[in-house]
Amino acid sequence: MGITVPQINFSIIAPELIISGFALMVLLLGVFFPRTGKNDYLGYVSLVGIVVAFLYTFPIMGKSQYAFNNMIAADGFGVFFKVIFLIIAFLTVLISIGYSRRVDIDFGEYYALIMFATLGMMLMAAGTSLITIFLGLETMSIAIYVLAGLMRGDRKSIESALKYFLLGAFATGFLLYGMALIYGSTGTIILEEIAAYIKSKPELLRSPMIIIGIALLTIGFGFKVATVPFHMWTPDVYEGAPTSITAFMATGVKAAGFAGFIRVFFSALGAFQPDWIAIMWFLAVATMTVGNVVAIAQTNIKRMLAYSSIAHAGYILVAFVAGNKLGTASILFYLLVYAFMNIGAFTVVILLGKREEENVLISDYAGIGFKYPLLGASMTVFMLSMAGIPPLGGFMGKFYIFSAAVRAEYYWLAVIGVLNSAISVYYYLRVTVLMYFREPEREITGLTFSPASVIAVIISVWGVLYMGIFPSDILALAQRSITVLL
Amino acid sequence: MDHLLSIIIFLPIVGVLVLLFINKENHSAIRVVAFVFSLVEFILSLPLFFLFNNATHEMQFQEVVPWIESYGITYHLGIDGISLLLVLLTTFLTVLCILSSWSAITVRVKEYMISFLFLETGMVGALVALDLVLFYVFWEVMLIPMYLLIGVWGDPKRRIYAAIKFFIYTMAGSVLMLVAILALYFFNLKATGIHTFNVLELYETVIPVGTQYWLFAAFAVAFAIKVPMFPFHTWLPDAHTEAPTAGSVILAGVLLKMGTYGFIRFAMPLFPNAAMAFLPLICILAIIGIIYGAMVSMMQADLKRLVAFSSVSHLGYVMLGMFALNMQGVEGSVYQMLNHGISTGSLFLLVGMVYERRHTRMISDFGGLSKVMPVFAAIFMIVTLSSIGLPGTNGFVGEFLILLGAFRSKIVYGVVAATGVILGAAYMLWMFQRVMFGELKNPENMKLKDLNMREIATMVPMVLLIFVMGVYPKLFFTKMDVSVDHFLKGFKAKYEMKGEAPTPRLTSILTVESVRERVSPSSGTN
Repeated sequence: MGITVPQINFSIIAPELIISGFALMVLLLGVFFPRTGKNDYLGYVSLVGIVVAFLYTFPIMGKSQYAFNNMIAADGFGVFFKVIFLIIAFLTVLISIGYSRRVDIDFGEYYALIMFATLGMMLMAAGTSLITIFLGLETMSIAIYVLAGLMRGDRKSIESALKYFLLGAFATGFLLYGMALIYGSTGTIILEEIAAYIKSKPELLRSPMIIIGIALLTIGFGFKVATVPFHMWTPDVYEGAPTSITAFMATGVKAAGFAGFIRVFFSALGAFQPDWIAIMWFLAVATMTVGNVVAIAQTNIKRMLAYSSIAHAGYILVAFVAGNKLGTASILFYLLVYAFMNIGAFTVVILLGKREEENVLISDYAGIGFKYPLLGASMTVFMLSMAGIPPLGGFMGKFYIFSAAVRAEYYWLAVIGVLNSAISVYYYLRVTVLMYFREPEREITGLTFSPASVIAVIISVWGVLYMGIFPSDILALAQRSITVLL
Repeated sequence: MDHLLSIIIFLPIVGVLVLLFINKENHSAIRVVAFVFSLVEFILSLPLFFLFNNATHEMQFQEVVPWIESYGITYHLGIDGISLLLVLLTTFLTVLCILSSWSAITVRVKEYMISFLFLETGMVGALVALDLVLFYVFWEVMLIPMYLLIGVWGDPKRRIYAAIKFFIYTMAGSVLMLVAILALYFFNLKATGIHTFNVLELYETVIPVGTQYWLFAAFAVAFAIKVPMFPFHTWLPDAHTEAPTAGSVILAGVLLKMGTYGFIRFAMPLFPNAAMAFLPLICILAIIGIIYGAMVSMMQADLKRLVAFSSVSHLGYVMLGMFALNMQGVEGSVYQMLNHGISTGSLFLLVGMVYERRHTRMISDFGGLSKVMPVFAAIFMIVTLSSIGLPGTNGFVGEFLILLGAFRSKIVYGVVAATGVILGAAYMLWMFQRVMFGELKNPENMKLKDLNMREIATMVPMVLLIFVMGVYPKLFFTKMDVSVDHFLKGFKAKYEMKGEAPTPRLTSILTVESVRERVSPSSGTN
């Protein structure tokens, strides 16, 4: 038996390589040219890296190529997600430029870790073997654990990092054990080979080992995307982490989690769909309902957005249950629009704070609408979009998701979903109620708006509006992207 | 002229953009610009009336532009005789509303006018949209500005509660409608292979009766909340009472009509068998609304609340007439939609005028106002009589036709509903007597000024319309005769298919499988 040399094709992982290169460069720049309080330039270097990586996604668009013994693919699905991650990373770095200086975490590691996390996310989406996906997930997670605790002087930040790390490690164990069981049953780690093996041996469909493996994978991925009942960490971690990182987690980690989730379940475990759909149905209902109902009771806007992000994971699970092409495409659409509206909302949260005074209580928003009209209008756009009011992107996302559920004839799931979306209106509107209907209890003055963050808000508003008014191109793109899976 | 409807929809948005560039302290410029835009809007909507072809039931002034092609969603506009009249009512009332806000709104004038113009876009859009998704979008777009109008410029005491209640109620109903819209779309797709949300095409789809029940129920709840029908009416008194005057006018005048319009345009023609099955329930709820609304009105101490509850009663008539399902009933019902917009709109305006002077709306605070405000009292009298339905005013024509239709459909409905007319006269006249006549005891009332020129100018068009519509209703009936007739015929024809006949369209030759091949989203569970 000879040793097969894996075919090496660096061009299909060019975006990943570029991101890694820039991450290392920023790390070194931060060490050799530290400028206390003036490290914004590191952010700009990171932005350049992200844009270059983005440009290198164009050559691999529209074709399906595999490399490294089929461990990695550059297919429509992976590339679509890579673009989402790069957009998220771009916006995160943009909002970090002013904010990281404010909270004294503007050293090279900060930006480097964001890029390493992005690298992990991209590997997760591109990975076509269990090992690649796992490595991607770990790269991402470890970077995020550190980022969450980067504000060393802040108790909440440290609590957040520790909690996330302990629970995350625990969940990773589940995931890895699940992967091991599936490998044990099928003898391969390549997703498509797993599917082919299961197809050739129908008796495996009853194998307890593989079914337990699927359950463990569900727990592992469910933790990363924050579904109920694996969501307990979310509010505390989101609240304690630096706000820019919270935005990054709520959008990037969630999207990456779903990328891996979809890839593994649809490419490798499609034969078990009837089994896992029953579980997902309940997960979706529980996630939406708990997320939305508990969000109503929150007084801290970061916690409220944390619970809202749980609820959004629930909506995405609805499309997951639907399991058809439309559903999968709508997940991609939703994750993109969710990135815009959620990062946008967190950017407003950042802009409303200043040094030593973060103003993260929802009651701090009283009167903002008339005092800072454009900031208030942007926040209103994000809130209404998350609530699913047309003609904003969030509505179109939900429209696609629920249409997938109706299409697959999960009428009750769709009804529970839309009623949840009506419940969510209450807490999203509460922010606008405060912004426009109430007089401020205390004056918030002396805000300085970092231009980079303002640009992030503008991009986010544009994204939400564009995807709401002209959704068809992006949906068509998403539909083309998922043809590799189904 | 090809894009007249689009122009009418988006002109207010242009107005919003212009307003953005005006200094927010310059209140008079803001008012003038908003007024001019609403007036131009109204003038632009007049050609719809004059160029309208009375002889055809086809949708007119149609515009079709693809929007989301993979779903077959189009930007499809068009009007028939029914929506024509409601569009005119909308553009007409908006002018008067902006005029009436001139001195009533003194804070955040710019934001107020922006909200109002946005609202107009939403309302007109919902009335002329022929694509279900487009309709849904405009339907929801109306919510936000109305919510802001109530919440920001409403009565400080309970405005937030009223605004949120209004929003959540309407939203909860409409999301269910969204699921029904999607279910209808996929049903049609399966049956015919055509991607369409075009309501005119969906009229043709034959739906099994069992499915119709669910879909109709979802649509009907959404619209019944908006109408509002008993027992979904509880948001209305709060929203109406707390909203600023112009907000109440537009809420009563146009937004409530969206519910009844939804029934006549969507829920009934799409699901006739279900509509027939639910008919007794809806008629009984409508009659309960008529009687209950009138009785609760009688007991109100607050003028605005009284008018609000009278809306529940009046809209009960509209629903009853519509579900009489004969020419008289439906025409009366559409006519009553216009009447209610004008007479209840006028009542809210008048209550607003006296509130601006006295800052109270309690009936017990007034008395003998006719002595100090003769012009006000005279106009109030005319509007009151119109609301009661005195012959010679518009209200009579509508109520008479509705009752006639109800008698023809089922005599019990007619008899019970007719008692509502008596109750209506009772609460309105009793209120009028307590406010206008009697001794002028309260010293604060002695110095009240009568209406100024702007206020008279606001009311004169209303009074004129009350008489024109009362004396010469033909002007309006000729516009809607053919459309209403077509509505009834279409309803009957589809009803008789009973949802059993095979789908009559050519495309049904294609098997469902081949359709699924062609259609990108794959089906269901595997």
